[in-house]
Amino acid sequence: MIAISSIINIALRSLIANAMRSFLAILGIIIGVGAVVTMVAIGTGASEKISNQISSIGSNLILILPGATTQGGIRMGHGTIQTLTMADSEAIARECSAVVAVAPVISGTAQVVFGNQNWSTAVMGTTPEMVTVREWELISGRFITEQDVRSGTKVAVIGQTVAEKLFGDLDPVGKLIRIKKIPFEVIGVLDKKGQTLTGQDQDDIIYVPITTSQRTLFGNILPGRVRLIYAKAASLEAIPTATEQIKTLLRQRHRIGPNQEDDFTVMDLTQMLKAAEESTRTMSILLGAIASVSLIVGGIGIMNIMLVSVTERTREIGIRMAVGAKPGDIRLQFLIEAVFLTTIGGIFGLLLGIGTSLIVSSIMQWPVSISPIAAIIAFGFSAFVGIFFGFYPAYKASILNPIEALRYE
Amino acid sequence: MTQIKFENVVKIYKFGDHELKVLDNISISIEKGEFVCIMGPSGSGKSTFMNIVGCLDTPTSGKYFFEGVDVSTFGLDELAEIRNKKIGFVFQQFNLLPRATALENVELPLIYAGISAKERKEKALETLSWVGLKEKANVYPRQLSGGQQQRVAIARALVNNPAIILADEPTGNLDSKSSMEIMEIFKRLNEEQGLTTIIVTHEPDIASFGRRQIRFLDGKILSDTKT
Repeated sequence: MIAISSIINIALRSLIANAMRSFLAILGIIIGVGAVVTMVAIGTGASEKISNQISSIGSNLILILPGATTQGGIRMGHGTIQTLTMADSEAIARECSAVVAVAPVISGTAQVVFGNQNWSTAVMGTTPEMVTVREWELISGRFITEQDVRSGTKVAVIGQTVAEKLFGDLDPVGKLIRIKKIPFEVIGVLDKKGQTLTGQDQDDIIYVPITTSQRTLFGNILPGRVRLIYAKAASLEAIPTATEQIKTLLRQRHRIGPNQEDDFTVMDLTQMLKAAEESTRTMSILLGAIASVSLIVGGIGIMNIMLVSVTERTREIGIRMAVGAKPGDIRLQFLIEAVFLTTIGGIFGLLLGIGTSLIVSSIMQWPVSISPIAAIIAFGFSAFVGIFFGFYPAYKASILNPIEALRYE
Repeated sequence: MTQIKFENVVKIYKFGDHELKVLDNISISIEKGEFVCIMGPSGSGKSTFMNIVGCLDTPTSGKYFFEGVDVSTFGLDELAEIRNKKIGFVFQQFNLLPRATALENVELPLIYAGISAKERKEKALETLSWVGLKEKANVYPRQLSGGQQQRVAIARALVNNPAIILADEPTGNLDSKSSMEIMEIFKRLNEEQGLTTIIVTHEPDIASFGRRQIRFLDGKILSDTKT
């Protein structure tokens, strides 16, 4: 039995002897593997970015919106009637076991002024639970307290964008701002959350105590009524239970009969998350599939070169057979050459793919994520391509008739 | 001891519907240590005879005993093993691998015999020295003269200690001086080591080195004379 190391040596030497052709042969594999690695990296990166964006809104978040009115057969949008109350919010917090935190909101848009700077932003009146519900940290100061809500103090917690627009480099905590010309003391600054999927800036926001917002800012909302309620389910799995509990409770509280429509809407982000994940996964698979085609084309290139090589080296094969090479030895030699080519192509392709991914991420500001598994699969696949497309040429070489091979010019 | 024995060997080549009987019922024995020269015009069947003797081909019918073993029914792997261990080929066109050095060319049969790299190198170098080309070990074939290339090819044929040497017009591409040198090597091998040697040639003065001359014509043995 011939030693494998000898066969590898033979294969390596013949590849080096035809360096240029070997390089051209593996170019297809380099591009193929590079494309697969890059595409998967981009796809995975995009999917990670989307999940991050979605979870930044707040994981396990449930939104309760007031119902829509029907006026003369025309259905108005959410919130056209104020069906939700502070009491509803408190009842949810008290009675729904799958809900861990609840924060009602009275919101509106208002002009905010500090010194000679002014800015129009969303002002949300809410309760201390909001930071828990939204999983939002403060970078300085404190959030609204129960005390603030009870006494309706004029305090404000501002988002990063508002802080930037109004204060620049100044520390906002302790400063006085005017919301709708009413002075508020800034008591805290929220951490940066970035954009939502729809491109909304989550940091362009001011939180004030809910009581303050109702009394002094948005008087068009009836006392005790709220714009919407945020609730946080205990876990992702608890979301359906929590939704059901909230619905049952509110129907009961609003005295809605069995055949009547809800006068509120309960929404959660799981469906959105699932849809987004589904679409990015589809994109990843699609990109990977397109890239795989180039790997197959690369493999055909290898087969082509190996067939030429076998024909060209017919005489060499004849000589080897005459001195005692068995058909299996010849087959193994050409197979190893093909696998060698594709494996080297795989290594360079991997480097190319990683390089391209990094360039794409830095130039296009597109997140990429190079997963070791994708790299290993691409690499392993290239070796497999070598075996698959190298087999036929190797087989052809092994069945040559030594007498005819020796006579080949 | 009988080295080679043909019993009613027939070889037929088929080209579509047309059949060509290249060897027609050949029966012959060659003893160990004989120096045989094969002659005959092209198409007389001498090359086919050599191919079957060299286990590169098998008879269509009849039997071929190599050292008493019927190899006419052997498979490709078994034939390859006999070629590797028992037969040394020398060709008219030398048939060296152009991208391998003289030493590597000589090592070739040892690779397929599964011998370790170190031992391969030692044996190949020893054999190269025997044909007087030790100093050319790391030279590529194209840098060698025809006579030197043929000596490398002979070293390759000898390196695995074969039982017979088969040479198909080994001097066909050489000038007369180199031809004589090569024939001297074959003669020495045969006389000193008792190696069975079979040489195909067209040239009468080359044929005169042999102590037995076999002439082929139309697939049959025309004459078989010992000198």
